[in-house]
Amino acid sequence: MFETLSHLALQQYWWVIISLVGALLVFLMFIQGGQTLLVQIGKTDKQRDMLVNTLGRKWELGFTTLVVFGGALFASFPPFYATSFGGAYWAWLLILFSFIIQAISYEFRKKPNNILGQKTYETFLFLNGLLGTILIGTVVGSFFTGSEFSVDTFRMTATTTSESNITRWENTTRGLELLGNIQNILLGLSVFFLARIQGALYAINSIDDEAIFRQSRKQVIYNAVPFLLVFIAFAVMLLTSKGFAVDPQTREIYMEPYKYLHNLLEMPLVGIFFLVGVLGVLAGIAVTVFKNSTGGIWFAGAGTVLTVFALFLIAGFNHTAFYPSTFDLQSSLTIQNSSSSHYTLTTMSYVSLLVPVVAGYIWYVWRSMNKKKISSEEMENEEHAY
Amino acid sequence: MEEALVDWSRAQFALTAMYHWLFVPLTLGLSFIMAIMETIYFKTGNEKWKKTTRFWMTLFGINFAIGVATGIILEFEFGTNWSNYSWFVGDIFGAPLAIEGIMAFFLESAFLAVMFFGWEKVSKKFHLTATWLVALGSNLSALWILVANGWMQNPVGMHFNPETARNEMGNFWEVLFNPTAIDKFLHTISSGYVIGSLFVIGISSWYILKNRHLQFARRSMLVGAVFGIVSSLFIVLTGDSSANHVSDTQPMKLAAMEGLYEGQEGAGLVAIGVLNPKKTVNNDEQAFHFRISIPRLLSLLAERDMDAFVPGMRDLVHGNENQGLPPTREKMKKGDQALKALNSYNQAQKAGKDSLASAHLETFQNNYPLMGYGYFEEPEEVVPPVGLTFYSFHFMVILGFYFLLLFVLVIWSNINDTIGRKRWLLRAALYTIPLGYLASMLGWVVSEVGRQPWTIQDLLPVKVSTSHLNAANVELTFWLFAGIFTILLIAEVSIMVRQIKIGPK
Ligand code: HDD
Ligand code: HEM
Ligand code: HEM
Repeated sequence: MFETLSHLALQQYWWVIISLVGALLVFLMFIQGGQTLLVQIGKTDKQRDMLVNTLGRKWELGFTTLVVFGGALFASFPPFYATSFGGAYWAWLLILFSFIIQAISYEFRKKPNNILGQKTYETFLFLNGLLGTILIGTVVGSFFTGSEFSVDTFRMTATTTSESNITRWENTTRGLELLGNIQNILLGLSVFFLARIQGALYAINSIDDEAIFRQSRKQVIYNAVPFLLVFIAFAVMLLTSKGFAVDPQTREIYMEPYKYLHNLLEMPLVGIFFLVGVLGVLAGIAVTVFKNSTGGIWFAGAGTVLTVFALFLIAGFNHTAFYPSTFDLQSSLTIQNSSSSHYTLTTMSYVSLLVPVVAGYIWYVWRSMNKKKISSEEMENEEHAY
Repeated sequence: MEEALVDWSRAQFALTAMYHWLFVPLTLGLSFIMAIMETIYFKTGNEKWKKTTRFWMTLFGINFAIGVATGIILEFEFGTNWSNYSWFVGDIFGAPLAIEGIMAFFLESAFLAVMFFGWEKVSKKFHLTATWLVALGSNLSALWILVANGWMQNPVGMHFNPETARNEMGNFWEVLFNPTAIDKFLHTISSGYVIGSLFVIGISSWYILKNRHLQFARRSMLVGAVFGIVSSLFIVLTGDSSANHVSDTQPMKLAAMEGLYEGQEGAGLVAIGVLNPKKTVNNDEQAFHFRISIPRLLSLLAERDMDAFVPGMRDLVHGNENQGLPPTREKMKKGDQALKALNSYNQAQKAGKDSLASAHLETFQNNYPLMGYGYFEEPEEVVPPVGLTFYSFHFMVILGFYFLLLFVLVIWSNINDTIGRKRWLLRAALYTIPLGYLASMLGWVVSEVGRQPWTIQDLLPVKVSTSHLNAANVELTFWLFAGIFTILLIAEVSIMVRQIKIGPK
């Protein structure tokens, strides 16, 4: 059935999948956000244990989503994978370092003879929450602001190591320069504060403890304010900036004023996703703050997914270059010039039919594990606790 | 400068892959052993089996976490450090990686939580299912990554697209059922099972030596040994079939594994030997200072015929007319033609000279299968490091037979109930744990070092696979990885040893 689709349709299908996985990844960053709130929400040792354990039962899921995000990009847009990872070397490696130290921290934190001590592992969790969110946001920010690289496929006929690279990053800061762009940083900080809001909301939803509820609710308020400031600033910059447009006939890339605003308006459905998403996040905050509800995470989570989904779509759809080069405009990557072949995308599309199955069992497992909230009794009785 | 980049990138990949491989095999093996134990608990309802299962699960969890931490690096390293490679093969190579994530890693990560925390939350049956699914997930992840690796050793099912400078997948099933990939998968997972068994037996032996948890230890040991003996037999079979395929697809690797410089009819298999380091493909030194060979066995294993000709490194470099083997220089010429034609094709196309372009394209396509040779300057570059490949291979095989013997002895002494008195056997079992890891690591050295100088056999040499980076960057990340992984490894071993001392609850 996928064979009959045009190459373009498959490319669009895959960009939708990438956008969806990216959106779910940002939702799952409630884990990272929660990790930065261990001290604020967990005032006592026991409270901190409950928080670590509720996050710890989900960390693998977030981690795997990151892995799948990388793998899916590799399979569907290999030139992006080669250009961005090999180019923005330090940005990506810092992200990876922060995930290495996350992966062991839950399991090792409380185990006897863990060499580094509980405090160090908690610091690791904090660092992952801080760097992981801000840096991933910053790199995704460069989808709208561009990076300095060049692409030339025929370089590969050169026989020396330094001449033969098809893609080249044209500066020596290797991704660190992305941190010098205000718009990127604003997106990074938005992700960070959003993750913290969601982390607090998830704690409220999954832990049965009065004090944790109070402290988390407070954190929702404290983080909502900076989140709104940086996110609005980002949205304004994005929607008023020039964007990297593609001429549908010649495939030439050029700068178009208000490109991303146009994308929102010209794709009304995406515009609606974006608005509903933002409202969802606000609703999640509001029901928690004003109604003392424990269900805020569902509104905020769905809102996050919709907003991020919309952002990815305006980066890649409607004749836009999703990974633009400011060094050489014509090297910019679009979903058309950087996708896998028709055959590979078709094959992968069949594989994508498994996604609902995966989502189904994850949902089932989530439900059976979250049926009962975490409580302090469970922490005392459970043999395998983090 | 250029070499430094290639060397640091290789060193970094080797370092991170080997760290990953310190943890993965135990996951592969132990997950099945736990699932078997829990099945016994499920069938008998005997609480002791539940305790046994839970003890091994604790160790599993500690090991698993660090396996995941090291795995994520590898996945992104193809992009960060081998970006030219990723561009060149992403269309094919990316797919198994993505499928691995979707099919295997999610399975593991979703059901892991049930396995660890679900004892009181879900039904017994659901719990058992979760444990089996974790085992299935970990083994599925091995399948897909080894399909990817197998394709690098034996690229099949694709064609090159000169417009995008990428190999594009032509047939997914050919990639999946690549005989090299299937061998690798079967051989590698069975090595994980052997390691899992050695681990369980070794630790159980320690308890018996210390006179603690005797019943628990005997129970675990028996499951481990039975699983181990089956896996060991399987490892020998799949190892043989691996070598057989290597002889078809990577004859140079096979020659290096055996230290075979001059090709022979009815070639013998070296059982043990000491190589002469002065020997090269260009001189007449003795290849070995000392060796014991089994006559004609190599020909039999490699070609399934006792008298068949097995090419040596010298034949492969300088050619052997009688056997119809072309010298490497000829291949280099063809490779060079491929590269030049690709370039001319591009220029003709830009200039709008269509017929000229299609002529160049034809030249290119005729020579493409040997394109990688065009990057070399000297024919000797195609010889991998012989010593490392040879010794690694031989140690692995010797250890493989030793493990088989160990499993037999352990089962035998369990059957006639003498295991408690055979302290030498218990000690041997304990000290064999690290040897299991060693054998497996050596296997990868054979496979990956023996494949040098290629990243993708005949198509892309390592030296043009890297990212466009300054070597200093990679040097720094190398040391960062070395530092962090070493600290984490020490912490892991220390926690593990402590948990073992605490024993089952
Ligand atoms: C406990 C571990 C272990 C043991 C006892 C053995 N192997 Fe092995 N071997 C591996 C673990 C391993 C491995 C780590 O799993 C490798 C590396 C790559 C691969 O596919 O499997 C491997 C690779 C490997 C290769 C290279 C395949 C290639 O390059 O494509 C050959 C020819 C053999 N093995 C042959 C054998 C034979 C004849 C054995 C006889 C007993 C044996 N191995 C025991
Ligand atoms: C260089 C190639 C490899 C890459 C890119 C890679 C990638 C990864 C990644 C990203 C993870 C973490 C997954 C998660 O989020 O749960 C992981 C874990 C894992 N990998 Fe690898 N891997 C490689 C080699 C291998 C090999 C050769 C095997 C087995 C034969 C293997 C088996 C596993 C298993 C079983 C896990 C689960 C975690 C664990 O066992 O500790 N991997 N790998
Ligand atoms: C987990 C077990 C593995 C170990 C211990 C291992 C070991 C090594 C070693 C020692 C090298 C360096 C060889 C040299 O430079 O001489 C290497 C290189 C490499 N390996 Fe593996 N490897 C493993 C699995 C894999 C898998 C599963 C893949 C691919 C799917 C892979 C892909 C590569 C690549 C791309 C390189 C770098 C290029 C090259 O040196 O040829 N490795 N590996």
